[in-house]
Amino acid sequence: MSALLAARGLAKSFGAVVAAADLDLEVEAGEIHALIGPNGAGKTTVLGLLSGELRPDRGRVFLSGREVTHAPVHERVRLGLGRTFQLSCVLPSFSVLENVAIAVQAREGSSFRFWKPASPDPRLEEPAFALLERLGIDALADRPAAMLAHGERRLLELAMALASRPKVLLLDEPLAGVGSKEAQRLVEILARLRAEVGVLLVEHDMDAVFRLADRITVLVNGRAIASGPPSVVRADPLVRAAYLGDDSER
Amino acid sequence: MEPTLLVVQFLNGIQLGTLLFLVASGLTLVFGILDVINLAHGVVYMVGAYAAASTFVRSGSLALAIAIAPVAALLVGLLLDRLVLRFLYDRNHLDQVLATFGVILFVDEAVRAIFGPAALPYPLPPAFEWSLELPGGATYPAWRLVIIVSGLVLAAILFGILHRTRAGMVVRAAATDPGMLAMLGVDIRRLFLVVLGAGSALAGFAGALAGPIVAVQPGMGDSVLILSFVVIVTGGLGSVQGALLGSFLVGLADTLGRSFLTDLLRLLLPPAAANEVGPALASMAIYLVMAIVLLIRPQGLVSLRRAAR
Amino acid sequence: MRAATRAPVSVRKLEGGSVAPLVFVALALAVLGADLWAGPYYVKLLTRAMIVALAALALDLLVGLAGLVSLGHAAFVGIGAYAVGILAEHGITSGWIQWPVALVASAAAAAVIGALSLRTRGVHFIMITLAFAQMLYFAANSLSRYGGDDGLTIWNRSDFGGIVSLADRRTFAWLCFVLLLSVYVALARLSASRFGRVLRGAKDNERRMAALGFAVTRFRLVAFVISGTVAGLAGVLLANLTEFVAPAYMSWHRSGELLAMVVLGGMGSLYGAILGAFAFVLLEELLSRFTTHWALLFGPFLVLVVLVGRGGIAGLLARLGRIR
Repeated sequence: MSALLAARGLAKSFGAVVAAADLDLEVEAGEIHALIGPNGAGKTTVLGLLSGELRPDRGRVFLSGREVTHAPVHERVRLGLGRTFQLSCVLPSFSVLENVAIAVQAREGSSFRFWKPASPDPRLEEPAFALLERLGIDALADRPAAMLAHGERRLLELAMALASRPKVLLLDEPLAGVGSKEAQRLVEILARLRAEVGVLLVEHDMDAVFRLADRITVLVNGRAIASGPPSVVRADPLVRAAYLGDDSER
Repeated sequence: MEPTLLVVQFLNGIQLGTLLFLVASGLTLVFGILDVINLAHGVVYMVGAYAAASTFVRSGSLALAIAIAPVAALLVGLLLDRLVLRFLYDRNHLDQVLATFGVILFVDEAVRAIFGPAALPYPLPPAFEWSLELPGGATYPAWRLVIIVSGLVLAAILFGILHRTRAGMVVRAAATDPGMLAMLGVDIRRLFLVVLGAGSALAGFAGALAGPIVAVQPGMGDSVLILSFVVIVTGGLGSVQGALLGSFLVGLADTLGRSFLTDLLRLLLPPAAANEVGPALASMAIYLVMAIVLLIRPQGLVSLRRAAR
Repeated sequence: MRAATRAPVSVRKLEGGSVAPLVFVALALAVLGADLWAGPYYVKLLTRAMIVALAALALDLLVGLAGLVSLGHAAFVGIGAYAVGILAEHGITSGWIQWPVALVASAAAAAVIGALSLRTRGVHFIMITLAFAQMLYFAANSLSRYGGDDGLTIWNRSDFGGIVSLADRRTFAWLCFVLLLSVYVALARLSASRFGRVLRGAKDNERRMAALGFAVTRFRLVAFVISGTVAGLAGVLLANLTEFVAPAYMSWHRSGELLAMVVLGGMGSLYGAILGAFAFVLLEELLSRFTTHWALLFGPFLVLVVLVGRGGIAGLLARLGRIR
């Protein structure tokens, strides 16, 4: 099993709603794997199952070949899994720089230090600042995260996810609600990310998905109805049916 | 450990549980609907007891005393909402705790200033100064039976309202998901006032019932309030069923612990040690029950929402 | 490098800055002045205020920094005090034994109570800390061998073999001062440290912190134990000051008052907790001269502080500083 992240036979239902049914999924090194599907298809649930926020009813999850089905969130993070959230999720009362610095601190694994100030501490702030520069938000370093515009917050979130130097990154609709100029920049950044991290991308912006993805899996009612390179998926009749509005779809 | 004693202590546990339920059910619903933690609920219980005691001593009429208590408690409950609680709906729990703690300090002291620090006389009504003969030779005081029966009747009525009527359904739904109901056009604020009023009246009634068997004195609401918290946490926040379950669990753990734990320990320890440890452990029994429930089910026995959000 | 030279916003906000040194200078002058001119009664009053401030400081670490509202912190004060009292009752008066035992006992109690309480969040946490404190209160009440609900008189203060004599009220007052200052400095450092940053982050957004790889509960438990231990230290001092210990030390009213001090002083600033404690103790002293029913005034005052006094005394000072 060479995949960075692999799910085998993943299943999860909430009452009568099936969010994942016998799902196989993997993310290889150096690829962007897009997970698309209509609203309610179970994409966010799948991310939750992979990141450890939700427990699957059945099935197993592997990270770099190691089984993590029962590992809690923070342990998976330590093993190289990063994620961003659908609704931006940052530490609002922290400054932008502090948000990234604490992510660096998480990676360093040296948080039971009670005496030395966490700021200024070049071992935390230099890598954090470098990440801000890379994502082009270094000018905002001192601003409280609560005061960021939506697109800026998305970038900050990405910086935080990258600060933990993940091997695999789960991105939950990184482009949602972002203006077209910033979306453009995000797409460029994501395209360059491919070299260092495997990405599982959930996104509604189909232009971006077809520009970025090396592989696309289409999820409908918790089932993968198609999976393959963008050109193949685009031509798939089942996918077309699902996106043209199948009545059984909620 | 004779079986008759066991029966008597079992009844005592049920009796304590009934009183706790009358207080805890209001507290849990008030929390469920507006996410308000109201420490002043114990004060309302005390008001009920004081209203009943002073009415009874002055008029000699038990019926009047019992009728006035819930009314007084309801008025005080709504007054507190007007003066303090309504400013706290959107505040965090810390603010709610502190402000209602301030209310407790004030009301307890006011009662002390008006009625004095000593317990108010609230003798057992002569009509109830007899004991029921239980099969097996034990006797049980009639008044405690009155508490059990009237408490259980009220609990049944409460469940009837909550589960059989439209209004009750709305209340239950509100305790589960207030946001959703607001979207459906229910006036949450009015609903809250109704529940707060009803909860206050129940607590005041409980105070009137408990008066003759406990000391009617300033601060009497505190211990009941804290026991109600244990009940709610054990039973599951926001759930009236949970409150019922938790009440009986706490009531029984307390009375049975106090009467039998020392005897049980004598089987394991030398008598002197058992006599030392027994009472201490008995006074901790209900909290140990709570700790065990928390270890197994952090969200409480009956959970509407997840405790960890 | 640019990034390394600036102090980010939230740290600046939390530091005592120029206020904290002033607080301690004023406090030292007050102790000195009380000793020189006002007499033993006032020295003792100030000593008590410093001890209470230590307990409030402990609670502010939890409430202000970590966002964990404990409504049972008097329990740890009580454990510290009872450890001293019980050891003294058995003839062990050496402070070298009493104090470590007391601190370890409060730390252990905090570890157990914390581990159970931290399984829950928010309002559950408030109720459960209250319930456990109440459990210890009743347990102390049933310790008939150690005075039960009447409490226990301590015939001798902790004995440090001539190095410091707690029997001397002046020495005792300055010891409390030094301990309060040391704990303040240590907790202020902690608050700005990596550990403190994790606590603040978890208060801000627990889910995000978990997603970053922090086992949040572990950090909170350590904070809970530190806080419980400091409260235990306050209990040790209180038992020595009053030469007495009783279940009332653990009553939930004391816990509520500690919380009131923290909010009155201004949460999260640490020195605010000290100011809040002094304000409370002095207010109680002042009001109870006019009336035995001083709670009639303090209750509504507390309601007002919550409803309109955002940021407490520390917030007020910060606003005054900004105007200037």
